[in-house]
Amino acid sequence: MRYLIPIGLFGVLVAFFFIGLRLDPSEVPSPLIGKPAPVFDLPELKDLSQRVSNADLSGRPTLLNVWATWCGGCRQEHEMLLQLAEQGGVPIYGLNYRDERTGALRWLEQLGDPYVAVAYDPDGSGSLDWGVYGAPETFLIDPDGVVVYKHLGPMTPSAWREEFMPRMQQMRGGSK
Amino acid sequence: MSRFPLLIGTFFLVCSAAWAIDSEGPLPNPEMQARYERLTNELRCLVCQNQTVADSNADLARDLRDQTRAMLLDGASDKQIVAFMTERYGDFVLYRPPLSSRTALLWAAPAVLLLIGAIALGRIIRRRSLAADIPVQGEEALPEAEPRDT
Repeated sequence: MRYLIPIGLFGVLVAFFFIGLRLDPSEVPSPLIGKPAPVFDLPELKDLSQRVSNADLSGRPTLLNVWATWCGGCRQEHEMLLQLAEQGGVPIYGLNYRDERTGALRWLEQLGDPYVAVAYDPDGSGSLDWGVYGAPETFLIDPDGVVVYKHLGPMTPSAWREEFMPRMQQMRGGSK
Repeated sequence: MSRFPLLIGTFFLVCSAAWAIDSEGPLPNPEMQARYERLTNELRCLVCQNQTVADSNADLARDLRDQTRAMLLDGASDKQIVAFMTERYGDFVLYRPPLSSRTALLWAAPAVLLLIGAIALGRIIRRRSLAADIPVQGEEALPEAEPRDT
């Protein structure tokens, strides 16, 4: 009886740590989920005379992938993005974040280009509206231009399977 | 030898200008500068989460400082600036998140824990004073009280 309270408190602590230590504090939930994609209009990386804007992100599900040449995780996920582009299930748009143009172009040339178009955002002002705080980040946008999901960190086969695919299936089911 | 602390003091005095993280100068009027400092000290840098936007030299923190500065110069209110940040980064960007159903526990926790502590303390004190009262009266009871507990 005497030890019941300390043991109980210990149990509560264990429960707190068990849950708390599994959470990743760097994963900040995005307030954009369920809201229309932020308004943006940026030059296209490969052809600066073209623009990439919200108009590109509607009519069908799209991915917006935030990347930069200085970002290690972006290199990690690049192969995965190329595979997704090859499968052709969903158009991938790039958002080149705080980067240098020549380096970014070389990156696409050498590693392959999975993007339909890349918005070029050297000063990060467009990315600020998307709440970008670390690359890579990948947004899933539905045909109405609403942000459905945000994935933080490199795209992985399991993230694709478990987070993106079910949501895309739901979109297809819902729109029909 | 006695000059040594003075020397150190002077060193820090001279260096303080170098600690300033802002590349740009102060805002045009002191009232605005004060608001700028207060706001950037309440915003969390999301890259280095235990630093404020004012403290951090991460690129993102610099962007958010520039944004704050630009909005202040545009005549935005503090509320508008905070709303701008939370629309993009969520409540997490605030060091003092607003009271809502999700943060109720966070805000109530200190008071609740204090209450639990006070109740526990009260019970222990009452039990001890009862225990101390029973065997002897007077001052002899005091030295005995401690060993009995262990």
